[in-house]
Amino acid sequence: MIQFNEEAMRRYQTIISHYPEKRAAVLPVLTLAQREFGWISPEVADYVGNLMGYPPSDMLSVATFYTMLHKKPAGKYHMEICRNVSCWLMGTYACVDEIKRRLKIEPGGITPDGKFSFALTECLGSCGTAPAMQVGDRYFENLTPQKIGEIIEKLSNE
Amino acid sequence: MNKVLLANVDQPDQTNIDKYRERGGYQGLQKALAMEQTAVIDEVKASGLRGRGGAGFPTGMKWGFVPRNTGKATYLLCNADESEPGTFKDRLLLERDPHMLIEGMAIACYALDCHLSYIYIRGEYEFVAYTVQKALDEAYAAKILGPSLMGKDYPLDIFIHLGQGAYICGEETSLIESLEGYRGYPRLKPPFPAVSGFLASPTVVNNVETLCAVPWIVKNGAAAYSAMGTEKSKGTKLFSISGHVSKPGTYEVELGYPLMDLINNEAGGVTGGKLKAVIPGGSSVPVLTAAECEGVTLDYEALLKAGSMLGSGGVIVFNDTVKMPEVLSVIADFYAHESCGQCTPCREGTGWAAKILRNLVAGKGKVPDIDLLYKIADMMEGKTICPLADADVMPIRSFVTKFRSEFESFCAS
Repeated sequence: MIQFNEEAMRRYQTIISHYPEKRAAVLPVLTLAQREFGWISPEVADYVGNLMGYPPSDMLSVATFYTMLHKKPAGKYHMEICRNVSCWLMGTYACVDEIKRRLKIEPGGITPDGKFSFALTECLGSCGTAPAMQVGDRYFENLTPQKIGEIIEKLSNE
Repeated sequence: MNKVLLANVDQPDQTNIDKYRERGGYQGLQKALAMEQTAVIDEVKASGLRGRGGAGFPTGMKWGFVPRNTGKATYLLCNADESEPGTFKDRLLLERDPHMLIEGMAIACYALDCHLSYIYIRGEYEFVAYTVQKALDEAYAAKILGPSLMGKDYPLDIFIHLGQGAYICGEETSLIESLEGYRGYPRLKPPFPAVSGFLASPTVVNNVETLCAVPWIVKNGAAAYSAMGTEKSKGTKLFSISGHVSKPGTYEVELGYPLMDLINNEAGGVTGGKLKAVIPGGSSVPVLTAAECEGVTLDYEALLKAGSMLGSGGVIVFNDTVKMPEVLSVIADFYAHESCGQCTPCREGTGWAAKILRNLVAGKGKVPDIDLLYKIADMMEGKTICPLADADVMPIRSFVTKFRSEFESFCAS
């Protein structure tokens, strides 16, 4: 059975203390759970639901609304590349092709070693530095196919 | 021109509270705390400041709608869920001058008699949230926030709340639902958030840029602010410009500044061809042709007269190599993906329009499909709880009407 470790439990208590009602903490707690367990599996939804006192189905219902909460396992490096207008204008798809060529996966896929997954995403707010990609809490901007190669290389060795 | 918002963003140490104070920071708050709460609202009303998130509603009036002495807590929520395609202005403020936002929020909270406030930051901006959290920690350590507000007996807490990827959560009632821990379904209005918002309490939701203008207004006076801009669109506004220009970025200009000057002077001109079209206020507003851009100024009234809207100030520039049906297909896919699914016309309409356009740009469309797009637009417009469907309708109608021959030639091929 999964459960938060001590550190995560402390963070859970801190999150709860930021809100006048416990329910408001659901999204940050699901985010914390994803950080701890990788994705919002039915088991994670059960755990968070039991911990907070809500039906697990309710937790899954919330999780399925938000694209950043994964409903299937994501890679250690989940690359989300913007497909919206400005990035598209500045050459997103040349970068997408390079990701596909290097990792041999399609959008929505994950490499067999679980290291990389990638997806097309909506506007990241990097239109002035397009094309842009998010990997975890990092942004990579002004992308070119060559830069994509370098980033994958770098992350592979991290 | 006086810079209200970007005066110090190029100073690399501006995120530090001491440097911020050396450059005049937190003086607006100090001045506000010596005023009556309602006098602060009057000052913001008199400045003519309007909501910079997209809707352009007068800020002081919004604050004035909040009932007093209801026995319930009042909440101020800062909308930092910047997700409108083409818009990246709030990010600059959050990254480079977070104390300006904190000061603006503290003034707004004091004016509204609010003691607990949240900054709803889109989850993708987590790296930006680190900077803001550091600034909040500094403000607590300097005793600006916390049990007393800059020495005044007035407790105030501000917390960051990260979204998790949903464009719709930038709509204020959806933001409130999301903050309460639910799926971000927009609410029917009335009741308006001012009366019943977060936890059924009086709530004000303001955009980052709006709140960042407040310290300057209080410090320099409403008259100094309203002296800038046009008769009806007061003050300055940030425009984030991207696409085919040589210097994409965020620029602050007085409202009423010519659109072509922004493109040619600030952004260094069109690249890769001649100007073909401009989306002036984020993907949700009607597109302007190159001819329509001539002589248009960047203010709420002039853009409305030109058949578009100021929106969020996200300017996207297209050169003449661009095929407009392809642009519209990208935009339509966005709305189809981001529709929350609560209202049938939007859930079905955005997806239907996106499918037709994907088919059309793949060369598999027929001319009647173009008219079907109008029909779908009619079936969506004004028939939903929130404006997301309307935000899809505006690009669909304007692209198809203004560039019809391009849509037809895709069908012929």
